[in-house]
Amino acid sequence: MNNSNTPIKAIIIDDEPLARLIVNEYLQSYPEITVLQECGDGFEGIKAIQQHHPDLIFLDVQMPKINGFEMLELVEDPPAVIFTTAFDEYAIKAFENHAVDYLLKPFNKDRFDKALRKWLDQRATRPTDLLTHGAPNNTDDLLETAAQSPTQQQRIVVKTGGKIKIIPLEDIHFLEAADDYVKIHTHNGAFLKNRTMSYFEKTLDPTQFVRTHRSYILNVQQVTRIDPYEKDSHLCILQSGAQVPVSKAGYVKLKTVLGL
Amino acid sequence: MAKSPLSQSKFLLIFLSWWAIWAFLQVSLLIGFGLAIDDALVDSVLSNTLVALSCGFLSNNMQYYLPKKERYWYILFISLGLSAIILLACKAILVPLLNQKDAAYALFFNKSWAVRFDIVFLQVGCMAILSVLWYSSEEEQENRQRRNDAERLAKEAELFKLRQQLAPHFLFNSLNSISALIGSRPEQARKMIQQLSDFLRGNLKKEEQQWVPLSEELQYLELYLDIEKVRFGHRLDTHITCGEDCMSSKLPPMLLQPIVENAIKFGLYDTTEAVTISIRARVENNFVVIEVENPFDPETSRPKTGTGFGLTSIQRRLYLLFARTNLLETRVSGNLFTTIVRIPQTQTP
Repeated sequence: MNNSNTPIKAIIIDDEPLARLIVNEYLQSYPEITVLQECGDGFEGIKAIQQHHPDLIFLDVQMPKINGFEMLELVEDPPAVIFTTAFDEYAIKAFENHAVDYLLKPFNKDRFDKALRKWLDQRATRPTDLLTHGAPNNTDDLLETAAQSPTQQQRIVVKTGGKIKIIPLEDIHFLEAADDYVKIHTHNGAFLKNRTMSYFEKTLDPTQFVRTHRSYILNVQQVTRIDPYEKDSHLCILQSGAQVPVSKAGYVKLKTVLGL
Repeated sequence: MAKSPLSQSKFLLIFLSWWAIWAFLQVSLLIGFGLAIDDALVDSVLSNTLVALSCGFLSNNMQYYLPKKERYWYILFISLGLSAIILLACKAILVPLLNQKDAAYALFFNKSWAVRFDIVFLQVGCMAILSVLWYSSEEEQENRQRRNDAERLAKEAELFKLRQQLAPHFLFNSLNSISALIGSRPEQARKMIQQLSDFLRGNLKKEEQQWVPLSEELQYLELYLDIEKVRFGHRLDTHITCGEDCMSSKLPPMLLQPIVENAIKFGLYDTTEAVTISIRARVENNFVVIEVENPFDPETSRPKTGTGFGLTSIQRRLYLLFARTNLLETRVSGNLFTTIVRIPQTQTP
C-alpha cells in the first residue's frame, strides 16, 4: 500500500517540444516521479505505454495523425491521464467529471501542483491495482464524451495486427456486432474495435449512420435498395452488395433519415 | 416618411398650372353654353378651387394612410364620396349666388350636374391614383435603401469577423511556449513575446479598405512563421518564392495568413514527419497569383476539391470583396495539397 519508496512512472506525450519541457521542469520538484519517455505523437505514445506501463501520462489533445482521445482509445488498461491542452475551456469542461484532471495551456506551477497533488492523494487512499490501471469506467465515459463533441468522430481509429489504421467515416459500409467487439466493414476489409454498438450509435452522426437492427448500424450513403424480407422485416442492399437486416423499428428510423 | 408630392415646388407649380388650364377650359365651355362671362368665371373658379382643395387634401392625407394593395377599391369610394361632396357644395354656393341675376342658372346647373360629376370624379380619381403610385414608389425606395444599408452593415461586420479570426489554439500554445522558454532561455522568450505582440498588433490595426503591398503581407507572414517555428521548429520548414515584380502587388490585408495557417495545420497534423510549406507568388495578366502548398496523407484525409479543408471563410471573404467565387482554387497531386488564390489587380479600393 505504501508507494512512497517505489518510483512513480510517467510519460509525457505532446507534439511541441517546449510544451514537454515545461511539464518536465515542473516535475523537478517531485523526485518520486520519473519521466521514462517523452513522445511527439500518439503512435510513439502507444508504444511507450505498452513498453513501460506508466502510472501517469501527461497527454496533449491536438497531435499529428491521431489525437489524444483516439490514442487513449487504442490503449488497453489506460493509465491515469492528466490532459495538457490549449483546447477551449468549454470543450474540455465536459471531461471534468470523469475524474481525470486537465491543465489548460499555459498553466502555472500552482495549477500543475494542484492537479498532481489531487492524483497523488487519490493514489495514497485507494487500492493500488485500481489506480495503476486507472479507472476503466471513467476512461470509457471520457472517450464517449470526447467522441460526441462535433469536432471529433470524423473518422475511427483501429488497431490491426500491431498497426494503427485511420478509417474516414465515408469509407465505412456498415457496423456489425461481434461479441465484445464491433466489426467495421469498409471497402478495404473489416476491422474489429473494442467498443459497444450503443457507443457507436451515440457518437456517430445520426443523419449518416442508422442503427437498423440490434446488431447492425449502416451508412445511409451506401444504401442502394431496400427489399421486403420476412414478416415485418426488410433487407438493405448496399453498394458493395452486402445485405444488412433491417428490423421493424429500424425500418422506421431508416425511412425518416432517408426522407421517405 | 415620404413627403407629399405637393410639398415640392416643382410639383406644386405643375398642380397650379393644371388648375388654371382646367379653370380656363371650363370658362370657355360655359360661355359656349351661353353663360355670361362673369357667371362663367365665378362658376369655374369656385368649382375648380374646390376640386383643387380636395385633391390637395387627398394627396396630403395619403402620406398618413396609404391603402394596401388588396384595399385599392377604397380609392374608388373615397373619390366618389369626395366628388359628391364637391358637387353638393358647388350647388349650395353657386345656385343661390348666381340665380339672383340669371334665373336660368339653376336650371342649367340641374341639367349639367351629371357632366360636372363626371369631370370632378375623373380629376379626383386621377389625383388619388397618382398619389397612391407616388407614395408606393417612395415607400419602395425607402425600403430598398434600408435593405441596402442593412446589407452593407452586415457585410462590413462579416468581413471584420472573417479578418479577425485568430485561432485561439495558436495564441494559447504560443503563450505556453513562452512560458516554457522563460525558465531555460529567457532571451528567446523575450524575443518571442516581441514577435507575438507585433503579430497581434498587425492583426488588430488592419482595415479592409486599406490594401497592402505583397511585400508587407509577406513580412507579416514571416512573423507568423517565426512563431510557429519556435513551436514546431524541429518539424516545420518553409520556402517563400516571390519575384521582384509581384512585391508591389496589392492585396486585402490578412488574407494570406489564414491560408498559410490552414496549410500548416493540415501539414503538421496530418503527417508525423517533417513538413515543408511552400509559398509561391507570381503576376499573371491582371492578377497576382499566390500558391500555398502543404503535404497531407491521402489515405486518411479527403480534401474536397473546391474549397477543401478549412478554407470556407477565405472563400466567403473573397466573394464579399469581389463578388466572384472562382478566385480560390485547390489542387491535389499525390500527397501535396495546393491552395491557389488569385487577387485582381485592376481595382484597388
